[in-house]
Amino acid sequence: MAYLELEELRRAFGPVVALDGINISMKKGEFLSLLGPSGCGKTTALRLVAGFDRPDGGSIVIDGKDITRVSPNHRDMGMVFQAYSLFPNLTAEQNVEFGLRIRKNKRAPRRKRVAELLELVGLGHAGKRYPHQLSGGMQQRVALARALAIEPRVLLLDEPLSALDAKVRVQLREEIRRIQTQLGITTLYVTHDQEEALSVSDHVAVMWSGRIEQIGTPSEMYSAPATPFVAEFIGTMNRIEAVVVDGDRGEVEHDGTRLTVDTARGRRKGERVLVLVRPELLVLEPSENAGGENTLAGEVVTHTFLGSVTRVKILGSEAELTADVPTARVDSLPVGLKVNALVPVAGTRLLSLSQEPASDGPDPGDR
Amino acid sequence: MRRRWIAPSAVVWIIVAAAFFLIPLVATLLFSLRSIQTNKCCSGDAYSLIIHDHQFWATIRVSFVLSLETIVISLLLFVPTTYWVHLKLPRLRPVLGFMALIPFVVPPIVLVVGLLNLYKGAPDWFYAKPYGFLATAYVILAFPYMYFSLDAGFRSIDLHTLTEASQSLGASWRTTLTRVILPNIRAAALGGSFLTLAIVMGEFTIASLANFKTFPTYIQIVNESQPYQAAALALLSFLIVWAAMLALLFIGRGRPRPAQVAATR
Repeated sequence: MAYLELEELRRAFGPVVALDGINISMKKGEFLSLLGPSGCGKTTALRLVAGFDRPDGGSIVIDGKDITRVSPNHRDMGMVFQAYSLFPNLTAEQNVEFGLRIRKNKRAPRRKRVAELLELVGLGHAGKRYPHQLSGGMQQRVALARALAIEPRVLLLDEPLSALDAKVRVQLREEIRRIQTQLGITTLYVTHDQEEALSVSDHVAVMWSGRIEQIGTPSEMYSAPATPFVAEFIGTMNRIEAVVVDGDRGEVEHDGTRLTVDTARGRRKGERVLVLVRPELLVLEPSENAGGENTLAGEVVTHTFLGSVTRVKILGSEAELTADVPTARVDSLPVGLKVNALVPVAGTRLLSLSQEPASDGPDPGDR
Repeated sequence: MRRRWIAPSAVVWIIVAAAFFLIPLVATLLFSLRSIQTNKCCSGDAYSLIIHDHQFWATIRVSFVLSLETIVISLLLFVPTTYWVHLKLPRLRPVLGFMALIPFVVPPIVLVVGLLNLYKGAPDWFYAKPYGFLATAYVILAFPYMYFSLDAGFRSIDLHTLTEASQSLGASWRTTLTRVILPNIRAAALGGSFLTLAIVMGEFTIASLANFKTFPTYIQIVNESQPYQAAALALLSFLIVWAAMLALLFIGRGRPRPAQVAATR
């Protein structure tokens, strides 16, 4: 049974539609990330759940109760903000204690809970420090402890790591997930960082232009994107425009080259489609070595070192392709070399071009 | 460690500035120390007479209580208003800023005549007493000082995030204002309060035209007939303002400043 439900949630700021009827259903203890570019409406959705803004339409239901019109201080939502939000006049301890004092909890259990939470976020030693005496990462940990102190029904995180450096981000996102799993708290997480969303979430909802493009597990989002936008947004994806020439055999034609892809089977002849291939699935061979079966010809134009793999960009006559090649092998594919990129028969995705959204930019309604 | 040098031109300017402020004060001090009988230095007669004059204590009490009343009314009126405007109606900020300039533009004589006409017929406890009529006038006079101090204070904090963080933890609007926002604009509120104190302690025109006896009107009366006591009074009023400023500095040092950020960042 769903614990948190957003039903047909709508919000517009003047002519800008920030949320265009989104539906989300979360189970108790689930970790769901709202992922999307700036202006897609993800923060608006989170603010509506927190109660800082009112929707123009739709409802928010928690545990069977409609809280759409309930004021934020009566919703029992713990929130961690993008900006550092600790109260500057209070120490870390007092910040964590704030919500418990509002609830008039007794002093002894209150103090115990504060100490436990500061230990949980690894800051048992820093309770007496003021926010300006803490690093950004430490401040966000205290903010997390503060949000958890009130035992919220839902934990809301609004890009809490975006102001931190890369190393701290990775460390803290793992800690957030550890704590969330340990406490079993229902969590709604907003981020524009796909790596962050995929690494910590049970489910990811990709948003664009105030709509949810797709909801699924991280692996579904990566391996089976439902729309070209999701395909483009989650990881890197090669997009090959083609026309179905033989639906029975799964054949498509791109720039005069026939390709066989499983996903084209059963498609109508003449249908315009987009073949989506992950860079790690493309196999590159120098032109003279490859047989030309199911391949696209091109020339190596750049190498980008990414550690164990090197990203190689190939310029074909019609399409630009990206392939991830083991770094140890990249010397055999120097810049300027004519190559053939082998497109795998299995493992590609195929989208009808009619699914492509009309506009190609996010709206500016996000805040 | 490198020794820090002060440029000779800076020393010259410091001396000029110090002379500008100190010469009149020293002159006033020397003048106030002259004997009332012999006109020669040095005697504490003027100070003794002032301190033993019950009018001095009565008027200083009136002005001090008026200052506190003005500060309390101004804070009660302007803190929630400025908070709400910053939070919910930011488009009204220029309007408030413009309104706050009006007391600078309208001469006190116009203000007092207008207020006397406006409140004619009001009950005596308001119209005939300084704590009613004068306090109202002084809240208007203090408006720009209080508003611009508070405005700067509110702009220096992340008002939206602090408010939302407080509310998400269960705090009401009143709790948010008193326990989260107010402590973080304390320096601004204190700044506005002490400017208000200084203004009310020195305001003469309105008090005189409305025929109330306050500390400045007392100074003026003394000044007409007793020059040495007037000089002593001038110095005493300076001392009061200095004490207020020192109190501001002292209270404002309540917690470490953000500049003292630990090396952990």
